[in-house]
Amino acid sequence: MNLKENFASIDQVQAALRRQNYVADRSLTTSIYLALKLGKPLFLEGEAGVGKTEIAKVLSAMLDRSLIRLQCYEGLDVNTAVYEWNYTRQMLEIRLLEAAGNVSEENALKKIFGPEFLLKRPLLQAIERPNGIEPVLLIDELDRADEEFEAFLLEILSDFQVTIPELGTIKAQQPPVVIITSNRTREIHDALKRRCLYHWIDYPSFEKEYHIVLAKVPEAPQQLAREVVAFVQELREADLYKLPGVAETLDWISALVALDREDLSDEVINDTLGVLLKYQDDIQQVQGAGVREILGKMASKQ
Amino acid sequence: MTENQPPLTSDEHGHLLRNMVLFGRLLRALGVPVTPTQILDLVDALRYITVRSREDFKNTARTILISQFEHLPLYDQAFDLFWQAREATELLELELGALIRQRTQRETKIEIPPGPKSDKNDDSLPESEEPLADTIYTYSAREVLRHKDFDQLTPDELDEIKHLMRKMEWRLEQRRTRRKIQAPHGTYLDMRRTFRQNLRYGGEPLQLTWRKRKLKRRPLVVIADMSGSMERYSRVLLKFIYSISNGLENVEAFVFSTRLTRITRHLREKDIDVALDQVTASVHDWAGGTRIGDALKTFNYEWGRRVLGQGAIVLIISDGWDRGDIDLLRHEMNRLQLSSQRLIWLNPLLGSENYEPLTRGIQAALPYIDDFLPVHNLVSLEQLGLLLQKLGEHKPTRRQHITG
Repeated sequence: MNLKENFASIDQVQAALRRQNYVADRSLTTSIYLALKLGKPLFLEGEAGVGKTEIAKVLSAMLDRSLIRLQCYEGLDVNTAVYEWNYTRQMLEIRLLEAAGNVSEENALKKIFGPEFLLKRPLLQAIERPNGIEPVLLIDELDRADEEFEAFLLEILSDFQVTIPELGTIKAQQPPVVIITSNRTREIHDALKRRCLYHWIDYPSFEKEYHIVLAKVPEAPQQLAREVVAFVQELREADLYKLPGVAETLDWISALVALDREDLSDEVINDTLGVLLKYQDDIQQVQGAGVREILGKMASKQ
Repeated sequence: MTENQPPLTSDEHGHLLRNMVLFGRLLRALGVPVTPTQILDLVDALRYITVRSREDFKNTARTILISQFEHLPLYDQAFDLFWQAREATELLELELGALIRQRTQRETKIEIPPGPKSDKNDDSLPESEEPLADTIYTYSAREVLRHKDFDQLTPDELDEIKHLMRKMEWRLEQRRTRRKIQAPHGTYLDMRRTFRQNLRYGGEPLQLTWRKRKLKRRPLVVIADMSGSMERYSRVLLKFIYSISNGLENVEAFVFSTRLTRITRHLREKDIDVALDQVTASVHDWAGGTRIGDALKTFNYEWGRRVLGQGAIVLIISDGWDRGDIDLLRHEMNRLQLSSQRLIWLNPLLGSENYEPLTRGIQAALPYIDDFLPVHNLVSLEQLGLLLQKLGEHKPTRRQHITG
């Protein structure tokens, strides 16, 4: 598929995202558009639950390409990120070859280090192009990986090739679309970020969040959606250890829809606060008086 | 090229290029590291967007030139300033020149280290050529100095302390990470290598190769009280923080009196005096009142998640004179202890023999402290150094607290 023809302007990308029910503002759309045009990885930072990972999923659907995901953690190494040999099968094969007899050592080696004994991990899969199309590669929560992996990733992102001593070098014909996310629990090295386009995703405005809710939970009554978003927006002004993200807003409204609610009330908010806030301290602070205060503020704004 | 955009004339194009290079220089002068490659990328990207749309251009330049959250507000200001003042480019160049000169001047400031007993003011000889008597004298003087309380130091002694501190070596207990490396007597089998090595025995695993978990130094976080009651210690403590920041790889430093300021970046300066000048300039409430609870709350909310990963050791330096909310202090100490590998409180008052931790602040904080240590002379710092070297792999046993 030729990206240049299908997404020739920022407006077209925005419309396409919209068709996937993803509401993006213009600056994020610009970053995505440029990532596609320039063939550069897109580095997304922002608080948890603002829709960073979602972008990769949406792009994969929008471009009709498969999504390959690599979840990062400390100690992530080449064996789990790129490739591994299937030792059990290799050993079995050796026994079989022995039993069959008269196979030269060279041929045996060639056979047991053949592609059918190779376990392909996400990065190799992304470079190899499953079914002939460059996939969307999501490298999720890079801040959880350690510096060693970052250094390795820097190498991969600069030339999209992997060398396997027994098989040779595999190089991507076209670089895949790469999305890297970070929750900023630590700073990622500058050298890596500079190779990417950088975008900071903030908590959405009322308007934007309202549209997201309508797009994602279409069965929600409009009145409820408006109140829920207004409540969450007020809550983000409060002094909390962990502010609720868009993901929490969506969970909450789904919960309220499941409870057949048409609007918000003291009682139902207090009962379902655990969907929105994930720290006991925060829940204690908001419960009761805090909820009434926010509802009061919302009423005065209307 | 996108729809209905009149192409730029070559004149306009050249003008734009020049301006972009200038804009890059402006950002660099403001401390945003912009590389020439990034400028070239930007030029490349302009082929795909409507240059005449200011918003698109601004977004494009942002996503390419900026790679740190902290630089975003600066970028927005710089962009507006620059592209408004585009006509007055020459003026801007002038200002830029001044800015850049200022920076280089600061960096070339040379520090002349005073010799031991610099009050004589003569050219001191290199140490090896000193007469024996002097060496002995210096030695015993140093012994005295090591035990002398920080708040009784003369300016000369303070200088001397600075040098002694610089020579101190800091080592932090290491932690086992989840990354594995090759090791002759490791605990994990390295399948990939084992298999390859044993191919010559027909795949029979005769020689095993092993891996073990890699060790890494723990991060250290220093949170120091610079309020009024700590004033007499603040100079020497800052030198200590500078010394420990430069002696270890992974140190984050904060100071507070009424509010919290991060000073990590300033401490990376090579010259200690420049570093301390910068710290002084960045803190707005020197020697103000103490609100430990508020400062710790700011730390927990804004920095905890970012700097307390990977089993960090936390050092709080304070005398515990607190005028803030005691319940808040208790609450935030609890949270801080839960998220740190080890919470060490250094108290300069603990050095005096008849000190008892009776102030409200210390009383509230004590149940959450893993180690309560003095920090009033060099010997106490050396003891701290020893403690940091043998902290052990596990969190210390802690009393449980009822929260809320």
